Amino acid sequence: MTQPLLADYFPILVFLGIAGGIAIAMVGGAYLAARQKPYAEKLSTYECGFAPFEDTRHRFDVRFYLVAILFIIFDLEVAFLFPWAIALGDIGWLGFGSMMGFLFVLTVGFVYEWRKGALDWE
Amino acid sequence: MIAALSFYAFAAILIASAVMVVTSRNPVHSVLFLILAFFNAAGLFLIAGAEFLAMILVIVYVGAVAVLFLFVVMMLDIDFAQLREGFQRYAPIGAVIGAILLIELFMVLATWRFAPEAATLRLNPMPSGVTNAEALGRILYTDNVFLFQACGLVLLVAMIGAIVLTLRERPGTRRQSIAEQVARAGTVSVRSVPLGAGLKEIGIARPPSPEEEEPKQVEHHHGHGGHH
Repeated sequence: MTQPLLADYFPILVFLGIAGGIAIAMVGGAYLAARQKPYAEKLSTYECGFAPFEDTRHRFDVRFYLVAILFIIFDLEVAFLFPWAIALGDIGWLGFGSMMGFLFVLTVGFVYEWRKGALDWE
Repeated sequence: MIAALSFYAFAAILIASAVMVVTSRNPVHSVLFLILAFFNAAGLFLIAGAEFLAMILVIVYVGAVAVLFLFVVMMLDIDFAQLREGFQRYAPIGAVIGAILLIELFMVLATWRFAPEAATLRLNPMPSGVTNAEALGRILYTDNVFLFQACGLVLLVAMIGAIVLTLRERPGTRRQSIAEQVARAGTVSVRSVPLGAGLKEIGIARPPSPEEEEPKQVEHHHGHGGHH
């Protein structure tokens, strides 16, 4: 059952354990050792000496959403390129052509968004 | 031993954070627990031998989709008091739909059984001598070419749909015009100036200003002036 793959990732597991241990030690140490005398005024929201004007969460401009979704799409396009680049020697002209078709379809979308000015920030 | 232990740790944290996604009151906390769930699912993928999928899960879901969820949650601007008011009214409909989904889930589970080759595939998650990404690449672009192209079309539809839905023309805003900036290059020059010399002595032209001795102006025109 033990795979050679998992042995390669063992240092990351050790790293995760150490990181979690340090985080727990810092938060838990502060929780246990520090003196705590909370009262309502101390726990209230503090913003440079005056009461906060509004809720922290207010509406974003929808253009942030547009940038994020365009980023996801090209992120996925690049994710498809990785296995293709590794296996390119085995998959022949059909694999090459199918990736070119995929890239062409996304380039159509890219030209569209460029011409519409969706990437411009005014 | 270590693999089994870390499997149980990842699975336990995954389920706990999934429960927290549903039950936490603050939607931003829900999204953060969702990110934790994604990380633990990536760990489970890794234990199952799907190295490439684990990395893609972290990059695409944690790096992009979770950020998108955060944007959506912050754009919604939910009023929770108003949300709870409607709860009583919609509770019967919600209960009926939930019951239907539960029955369907039981019907699926009743007919579900292992594929005959699953037992052997489970122990050999990847072909020997080939990395994970290469094994995917060998079948994804040739055997499943139709699905691959359909995936490209779905991405195109998503891109165009997002642009059509969210992009509005705003009249009266100033955009950067790169062509004009580049064409302006003849009117701006860069000179090498001897150290310690004043601007007047070496004859760099300045627009006439009413206040002769204003250090801000000198500072400003000493720069290259290429910005708009």
